[in-house]
This record gives sequence, C-alpha cells and structure tokens, in this order.
Amino acid sequence: MQLLHEPSPEQIKEKKLYAEMGLTDEEFNMVEEILGRLPNFTETGLFSVMWSEHCSYKNSKVLLKKFPTEGEGVLQGPGEGAGIIDIGDEQAVVFKIESHNHPSAIEPYQGAATGVGGIIRDVFSMGARPVALLNSLRFGELGTPRVNYLFEQVVAGIAGYGNCIGIPTVGGEVQFDPCYAGNPLVNAMCVGLIDHKDIQKGQAKGVGNPVIYVGASTGKDGIHGATFASEELNEGSESKRPAVQVGDPFMEKLLLEACLEVVKNDALVGIQDMGAAGLTSSSAEMASKAGSGIEMNLDLIPQREKGMTPYEMMLSESQERMLLVVKKGREDEIISIFERHGLLAKVVGQVTDDRKLRLTHQGRVAAEVPVDALAEEAPVYHKPSTEPAYYSAFQEQETPVPAVTDMKETLLALLSQPTIASKEWVYDQYDYMVRTNTVVSPGSDAAVLRIRETNKALAMTTDCNSRYIYLDPEMGGKIAVAEAARNLICSGAKPLGVTDCLNYGSPDRPEIFWQLEKSTDGLSEACRALETPVIGGNVSLYNERSGEAVYPTPVIGMVGLIEDLAHITTQQFKQAGDLIYLVGEARPDFGGSELQKLTDGDISGRPPQIDLSVEKERQSAVYEAIKAGTVASAHDLAEGGLLVAVAESMMKTGLGATMTIGGHLVTESFSETPSRYLISVKEENREQFEQVVSDAALIGRVTEEARLHVTGKAGEAILTATSSELEEAWRGAIPCLLKSKG
Amino acid sequence: MKFAVVVFPGSNCDIDMYHAIKDELGEDVDYVDYRETSLEEYDAVLLPGGFSYGDYLRSGAIAARLPIAAGIKEAAQQGKPVLGVCNGFQVLLELGLLPGAMRRNRQLTFICKPTTLIVKNNQTPFTSTYESNQEVSIPVAHGEGNYFCDPATLTELKENGQIAFTYAEDINGSIENIAGITNKEGNVLGMMPHPERAVDELLGSKDGLNMFVSLLKQWRESHAITS
Repeated sequence: MQLLHEPSPEQIKEKKLYAEMGLTDEEFNMVEEILGRLPNFTETGLFSVMWSEHCSYKNSKVLLKKFPTEGEGVLQGPGEGAGIIDIGDEQAVVFKIESHNHPSAIEPYQGAATGVGGIIRDVFSMGARPVALLNSLRFGELGTPRVNYLFEQVVAGIAGYGNCIGIPTVGGEVQFDPCYAGNPLVNAMCVGLIDHKDIQKGQAKGVGNPVIYVGASTGKDGIHGATFASEELNEGSESKRPAVQVGDPFMEKLLLEACLEVVKNDALVGIQDMGAAGLTSSSAEMASKAGSGIEMNLDLIPQREKGMTPYEMMLSESQERMLLVVKKGREDEIISIFERHGLLAKVVGQVTDDRKLRLTHQGRVAAEVPVDALAEEAPVYHKPSTEPAYYSAFQEQETPVPAVTDMKETLLALLSQPTIASKEWVYDQYDYMVRTNTVVSPGSDAAVLRIRETNKALAMTTDCNSRYIYLDPEMGGKIAVAEAARNLICSGAKPLGVTDCLNYGSPDRPEIFWQLEKSTDGLSEACRALETPVIGGNVSLYNERSGEAVYPTPVIGMVGLIEDLAHITTQQFKQAGDLIYLVGEARPDFGGSELQKLTDGDISGRPPQIDLSVEKERQSAVYEAIKAGTVASAHDLAEGGLLVAVAESMMKTGLGATMTIGGHLVTESFSETPSRYLISVKEENREQFEQVVSDAALIGRVTEEARLHVTGKAGEAILTATSSELEEAWRGAIPCLLKSKG
Repeated sequence: MKFAVVVFPGSNCDIDMYHAIKDELGEDVDYVDYRETSLEEYDAVLLPGGFSYGDYLRSGAIAARLPIAAGIKEAAQQGKPVLGVCNGFQVLLELGLLPGAMRRNRQLTFICKPTTLIVKNNQTPFTSTYESNQEVSIPVAHGEGNYFCDPATLTELKENGQIAFTYAEDINGSIENIAGITNKEGNVLGMMPHPERAVDELLGSKDGLNMFVSLLKQWRESHAITS
C-alpha cells in the first residue's frame, strides 16, 4: 500500500530516500533481498529504526560478546528489558542503565526526563517494583551560558520526572570536561526489586492471543528518535528537536501501578515497554523472542491526532506506552485493571504463527515483514580499528609529578574542582528519600537502601573516570569497574553485577572503534576478575559534535548486597580518637589526575596502573573487616588522592584529622593510584582490623578540633586548614560557577 | 485507633504514611481510594505527599475536586484530626480548609533535605507531645512550598496560634518561615515537611513520630472520657 503523499518503493530506491532514514545502500539491498521485493515507505522506516545502532547494536555486538554475562545468581542476563540477580529469600534485584545523550543535547529538560521515564519502564516491564534511580552525567566545563543551561535543565528534568513518579534518585556522578561541551552525556539507571515468581518476559506467545496497547496515545513525537540517536550531532541537530519526546511522569505513575498489578495476574503472557522505535521494536521483539508473529490493525491504535500514517504510528516514540500479550478470552479482565487506574487499554491485534509483523491500515496491508529480520538479523559490522597516534605518544611520555608550591592552596583548589566539589546543588533537587528506604543518601561512596521486611540492604553506584580511559582505554576500563566495586565495598556490600552504558564517538572512525575495542577488553577482564557479570546495558555511539568526539565513557552501574543492616558503612568520620588508616601504597600516578588537570590545564601520559589481583585481595580484606564490625568509616581514594579523601571524610561531621605523611610529599598527598582506601577504626578494634587488612598503614587520628593538620615524618608542618575552609571550597564551587554567566 | 491514608492518582508518599502508622506507631491504617465519598469509619485522616494529577493545573487543585473531598470536609467538620503533608497540605489549601496559598520555592528549584523545624504551638492534637519551641529534624521535599497569605490572615494565624511549625531558617521564601499551619479549631494541620519520613533512626531521624504519638494520645484520652 502506498499513501498518496508517500514516495513509491521505486522512488525510495532510485532517489535513495532510505539514506535519509539512516540505511546504507548495502542495507537497503539486504532489505530488498529479505522481502523479495522493494520495501514500501513504512517498511523502509521499520528497517531503518530497527537496524539503527541504537536498536540493533550492529557496530558494537562483536564487542559486547566479550562480557561475562553469567554467574552465580544471574536470573536474567542481557536481552530483556533489564537484567536480574538473585538476592536470596525468593527475591531478586533488577537493574539497567541507559543513555539519553542526543535528546538531552538539544532539549535538555525533556531529553533527561524521558531518559528517566524510559529506564523506569524497562524495570517495571520485568515485573519489578522500581526502588531507586541513579544517573551519570557529563558536561563541558561550567561557566559558559550554554553549558550552565544544559547542566541546570538536565538536573531539572531528572528531578521533574523522578520526583513526580515517586522513585527516589539516590545517587550518581557528575563530571565536567571540555570534550562534553557540545555533546553532554545523560545516563539514567533504575534499580528494582522483584519476587522470583513475578518475573516477566517480553514474549508474544500463543497463537490467537490478543495484543493489547496500554497507556498514552500515539502522537507524532519522537519519530525516528532511534535513528537520530545513531548519528553525530552537528549544526543542523537543532532541527531534530521533534525527534525528542515529551514526558508525562503522572501518566507513568499510573502505568507503573497498573502494570505491577497486572503482572500478578496469570492472564498476562508477555509485556514490553515501547521504548526506542516504539510500536515497531516492542511488537517485533516480542514476536521474535517467542518464535511467533504479530498482526496489528493500526486503525485501532489510540492516536493523538487525526490522519496519522502507518509510518508515523510505527516510528513514534511517544512515551508512557506498553504492549501486552494476554491469554485469549481474558482481555477484559486485564483491560478493566488498567481502566480502574484511569488508563487506556485496547486490543489492537493478535499473535500469529507466521513469524511476520503484519500491519493493516484502512483495510489494506500497510506492511508485512519477517519479525526476525527486524529484531535479529540486522547486519553486524566489525569496523576497522586503528591505534590512534596519541596513544603511543602518551604511553612513551614521561609523566612527571606536578610541581606544587603551596600544599594548602592546592588542596583547596582541588576541592573546588567541579568534578570533586560537593554535588549538593544537584542532589538537593532530587527527592532521594521518598518510599522511606534510603539509609545512605547521596554524597557517600554508594547509596544504600534497606529492603523492607528483611535485615538486608542494597548498595548502588555509578562510576567512570573517562580521562583514564581516553589515555589508555584498556587500563581505564579496568579501573572503572574496580572503582565501582570499591565504592560498594566501602558501604559494606558484596558487589553482585554490572550494567554498563558505553558512550563513545563515531565507530566509523577507526581510532574511536579502537577505543571501544580496547576499553571493552579492560571492562571484561575486570568484570571477570571481580566476579561481577554484566547483566545488561546500553550502547550510545556517535557522541560527537562537529567532528569532536567525547572521551570514551563506559559508565559502570553496579549493585551490591549488604547482608546485614549492621554492615552499612559510610565515608564520614565517626568520632574523635578513631585511628585513620591508609590501605595501599601511593605510586607517582598522575596521568589523567585532577592535579595534572589543575596544573597543566590538560591531561596526558599514562593513567594509573591497576593490578586486578591486588584489587580483588584488598576488596576481600576490607569487606571482611567491615563485616567483622571493626570499621568506623571507609572511603575509596579516587580523584584528587589522599588529602581530598580525608577532607571528604571530614565534611559535615564537625570532626577534624591529624595525620603524618612520609615519602614523596606530592605523590603521597595527591596521587590517584587505584585500589586504595581511607578507613577509620575505633582504638579498641585496632588489633583485629590490622589482622584482617594486613597492608593498612596507620597515618593519623580523627580529632575533636575541626581542622586538618598534616605533618611530615620529622614533625615538620605541611598543611593546616580548618574544616570551614575546606567545606567552603568544596561546597561553594558549583553554585559559584553557576552564578557566573561567562 | 484507625487511620485513613487517602490515595489520589499520583500520590507517592502514601506508602510512607502507611508504614509510619502501621510499623512505627503500631495502629490500624487503611488506604482509601479517591473515589470513596465517606471517611466515617476512621478516627484520623492523612493526606499524603506526592504529585496528585502530576501537579497539573495547580498543585492539589484537581485532587480537591474528587469524590473523597466530601469525606475529608466532613471529617474536618466533625473535629477529627486531618493531616495534610506536602501535596496533602496543598490539597487542604485548595479545599479551603486552610487559609493561604503556595508559590514555587523562591529559588525555583525542588528542594529535598533534612530541615530543622521549631514547634510554635504544642497545644494542638498533632503536637502535644513536643515541647513548646522544641527544635525537631524533619525533612522537606517540595518544589512549591513557598507559603503565602495576606497580612490580615497572617495576623489571624498568629493571634489564634495557628502556626504550628516554622523553619529554623528560611529555606524556600515562606512568609515568616511558616512550615505548617492549622485551622482555627486546631484539628486540621497542613505542613510541607514530611513527619512520616522521620520515624526511624536508621533513616536519620525519629522526630516526626511524635506527631502520630500525639494523635494517638489525644484519641485515647477522649475515648477514655466517653467510654
């Protein structure tokens, strides 16, 4: 069928109209071969979205295969809405991270808000109750009107959606670097809880079973969103604003509660979120996974405006919609549940056995294509990979220890670097307490939520230092996983698994593909070494503006289990007199460090080197020490090194610290050597702690006096700063940069 | 004692209110759907926080026009304690059960954080187990909590002791740092801070529990007299 104003199949081929939708010549030829005829306009659209990188992972699939995806307790690995890991007591944790970078670059509020909405649907479509949200954000350097605007609006969008739907936003990270100025990164993660018996799959089983459309009606928003997300940003990107969806968190709250009621009903066969590529992906994927087909009458699709074409309906990415398959004869039962929640639910088609997606519109067949061709048979590319020149230059470069003349000034300057500075301005806008389970709120190494009716808790974090990954993708990849795991260890949790969000530039460039290849090698190796399988995630490529790629940024979302509420630990010092230990020795690791950025204005050289066996050993030791009750506070040493970690442990406690530093002063104070911890211990637990954590060095004490006092081995004064000086630098930095209008 | 937690479409602190009563206070509590019209069988009515109808139109405006509004008004008239927290406070303003109005926070952003409140009137059914001028730690989480009323109303609020709580410091621009007010009779209280989030030491504060303890105490006393 061809609508009057749509180009004919022949025109699509001759004028290469498919290219505008993102298909290459070869891909179009493949479509023609699969169908045995030329695709019409609608069908061309179906293939172009489903074969976009965003939906098919055609450029990254070969690399994703490297990840360990199985492990003890993994109930659902990659492939469904979200991964699932057993946590005992017939319960499981469900989590996933996803990017919304491109939409946020041109419409930051809605881009970020709908990113949150989408990831929440992924989790509750598994049958899980979403219990927490996290995010990972990257912007250019604050201080220019454009960057400030993007930052403020992204945070407002995340807050607007999460607060309204009533799922606490409990953690995350924000970093700033010039490479993100034109292409910010907005990654949202959702964590849910589920009883094993409620686990759902997005499958369209049972020939003749009705297909039910639920939620918001379909509008012309978000058309080709997935395709838009699979190309570079440029000067013309503003014109793609119609590809950005508009969120309605109130609608999603209704949808969430209704779906969680429906998953308890045995009439439900399968359920899937209409995310990227909307109706197309949900129907094709559900049918493909079940080995069935689906036919839908598009006249029955609830529409926001008259005269929508099949192409528009199938490619719309209107938010807050779900597709369900239910047992034949019981559709009214399910529909009435949605109606009681004030939602629209309607039978729009049925499951067939011919493994085709067949769409009818106004009495004619608008499209008929094999579901597997859409969902599974996208071409897979192994792009050429070339080691970039910068890499070998950095590897060969001597990375000197930066010169520091004034220790105090340097520490204050580091604390006011936006990447290190307090993110209170951000998280005070997020309702991180709603549903009253948040035990450790934003600002510590990891967020902790209790699990009601048990004595257990979940710890969760997102992490990625992309500077290290840029300098050395493989090493940086390992460090990212290790740091996420260390954050969980510090909160008293055993890391369970990983969800990753791979944000890179264009894979069509061999140097970028090389970054992707090497960093996923590093990530995989670390996930194996630390026994944290990857249970799902997302790939976002083409993060470039006008040819400038972002740093390779594979964000690690990690969740851990705290076996006993008594194990919950935070980074804050607890009482005066406690002993301060440093676990792990410093090496002169300054490549990509905050101090290097501060003194040189840029990063260079080799990043810190990590030994995964040392990492694993120390994690086990610190975890055992926490479980034994010998640890008062624990903090991972990260950006800025030891003195920054000590200052952070003092914040908001009213306590101070006195400590002695030996060895090379700058290295000991500011190096970013990984696998290290700052731990405080009560005097009476000293012996027991030292026995368990054998490489812990006693470096100082927590003091009543609210100041940081550092001396050298011979007692010489190195640095004295009051808590209020430290806190002012740390807390004031971001609000101050936002006030400056460039 | 039997509590009702009214659930509007878009309420999201209903579960917190429910658990505060059931788990921490240890009394009976039911969720009551917005389509009900009567709250006859309950001794106290709790309007939870959240985003009823997504705050569309005006926060609380649509919720105040649902069938349950009749039940809430009737309970208030009968002198039963009616507590509205956050969005529940906004609903009470829209119902006309409390005077004044809410504006967006002065800083124009949502704020979520622990705050220190001062108990200005401990002679209400909600606050009788606090000391007068006691400082308590109860968190806020709102985007539109900037309370406003005209000077005449403000004078009246003060004269009648209707100001139940103030913020120890200005957090959102509210007139006279008002955090919570009662009606003239004292049985209807609206407040922006969330006492139901401060009922368990594990989560940072237990200072909100006394509000529910006060209600229970008053209920027990009045029932001891009548029975």
